[in-house]
Amino acid sequence: MFSWDLLANAVVAGLLLGGFYAAVSLGISLIFGLLDIANIAQPAFVILGAYGAYVMNSAYGLDPILTGVLFTPLFYLVGAAVYRIYYAAFERRGDEALRGLVFFFGVLFIIEVSLSLKFGVDYRLVQAGYIGKSIDLGGGVGVAFRYLVPCVVGVMMTTALYLFLGRTFYGRAIMAVSQDQGALRLMGADPVQIKTIAFGIGIAAASVAGALLISIAPVIPSTDRDYIGRMFAITVLGGMGSIGGTLVAAVILGVVESLMSTFFGPSWSLAVSFGILLAALAVRPAGLFGR
Amino acid sequence: MARTLPTLLIGLLVVAAGIVLAQLRVNPYLYFAGYVILQYVVIATAWNILGGYGGYVNFGTPAFFALGAYTAVVLIQWIRAPLPVLLLAGGLVSALLGLGIGYLTLRLRGVFFSIATLALSIVLQTMIMNWDYVGGSRGLSVLRPSGPPFGNYVVFLFTVMVALAVGAVTVARFIERSWIGRGLSALRDNEEAAECMGVPTLRLKLFATTVSGFLLGVAGAPFPYYVTFVEPNSAFAIDYAVNALAMPMIGGTTSWIGPVIGAVLLGSAQQLATVTISSEMNLFIVGVVLVAFVVLAPEGILGLVRRLRGR
Repeated sequence: MFSWDLLANAVVAGLLLGGFYAAVSLGISLIFGLLDIANIAQPAFVILGAYGAYVMNSAYGLDPILTGVLFTPLFYLVGAAVYRIYYAAFERRGDEALRGLVFFFGVLFIIEVSLSLKFGVDYRLVQAGYIGKSIDLGGGVGVAFRYLVPCVVGVMMTTALYLFLGRTFYGRAIMAVSQDQGALRLMGADPVQIKTIAFGIGIAAASVAGALLISIAPVIPSTDRDYIGRMFAITVLGGMGSIGGTLVAAVILGVVESLMSTFFGPSWSLAVSFGILLAALAVRPAGLFGR
Repeated sequence: MARTLPTLLIGLLVVAAGIVLAQLRVNPYLYFAGYVILQYVVIATAWNILGGYGGYVNFGTPAFFALGAYTAVVLIQWIRAPLPVLLLAGGLVSALLGLGIGYLTLRLRGVFFSIATLALSIVLQTMIMNWDYVGGSRGLSVLRPSGPPFGNYVVFLFTVMVALAVGAVTVARFIERSWIGRGLSALRDNEEAAECMGVPTLRLKLFATTVSGFLLGVAGAPFPYYVTFVEPNSAFAIDYAVNALAMPMIGGTTSWIGPVIGAVLLGSAQQLATVTISSEMNLFIVGVVLVAFVVLAPEGILGLVRRLRGR
């Protein structure tokens, strides 16, 4: 017999998961979608953010999400530095396609191995007041706080980035650099500086996203590999750099994954993002909200 | 074709040297380490046919390698097939996977192709972990056949790997010097322009992915007999993906000798580091060396040598 409870629960869990996926994908939406830099190291920065939250939480009992926010300036600086290296070594030479990809893969690998050297390969988790609590929506449908809080934060981050890109000077400059670098240069702005800022913001978002990640589930250094496919699938499906599209695509992926894992088993949920990525590229490469 | 005969002779000489080396009965660990380094010569060479010549970055090396290894496991479990059959079957199954990946290039280019290969590796590992016949996630012990043709079994496998490495390098060298290699480098530099000039890009890409897949599968096929205990985490280790990339990048991707130099240098360094420091630390070193080379010496050691000679 078909269980409506199960379906309702899966859809609600998927919607919440979607908000969290949006938070994880915002950075790559900015860096890959708008700047066209294939930063496949992004999930490693998210895991780095997760371990940052873990260290502060286990040592000082600090709230993971608060830690994630506190670490954003540090992540911003790291991101800006990584972009400067990338620019000097690849972009300026016009050699970014093959070697740039290898560079970011190397960065991903270094972060992953450093984390397993420092923390080992045991699962790490955080403690916070809201983790483990849930509210009942009635009709057998419950909402766990450890999903609700990341979802709310994810939606807030999406809104903030949307407003930043549309309303502020630097936000508009980032949009401009993604459209026409030459024109931006003619207007007297330095595209490299704007891209440095955008890249830094993208990496800073990974700090908060990592904190959300470790609030939802325990993390090991190699968790990053599960998120590469998801991030790029969401960015492509949402339409390369469309922030609203990222949220919609993240919710779609969250719901489909949740349905798959409820009715076919969790080992299939990784195949979902791969399938969506292939389907999006085959049917509509511009994504749902592409220009 | 005037240079084919000398090449063939050199290849045979290396194999002969390997067999002589196998008779010397030096410290057995050297054969053990030598096997790994030679295995990386095959892997790096295979990766370079697609990545270096054709410009398609494959992050899914572990998938092809492990597919070769697990094909061998199935055949050992099922009919205790002899080693030559394992090599051929492992190669063919991985070649099929390579052909499939080749068709993906119709839609997926650049970073999307690379992500697809990475995803492929993860999905394949999930499938193997849920397949009990080959041991699932717990792994499976493999008994070596008794009585190798000569020496002990590790020495025998070492000799086989010498032959495989020579074979792989010969194939790569042939591709590089033929019209196939020129076609591949044309599509690496500009796929649209190559297509317009009449280069059969799809056929070339399918050829490159298939040959690359075949060689990676062949490299993986003796793996069960080498380790005697196969489990998904070691067969699908991300080390293969990183090394397959790092070795050609360090040596130089434009010539067949580049991956060989990279594999011998980095492979030996890793063997040393594993013994003297730790295996986690040696992976860290690989990552740092890879990034350093990509940033500072994009043409690899070959490029450095060329620059020195030019002055």
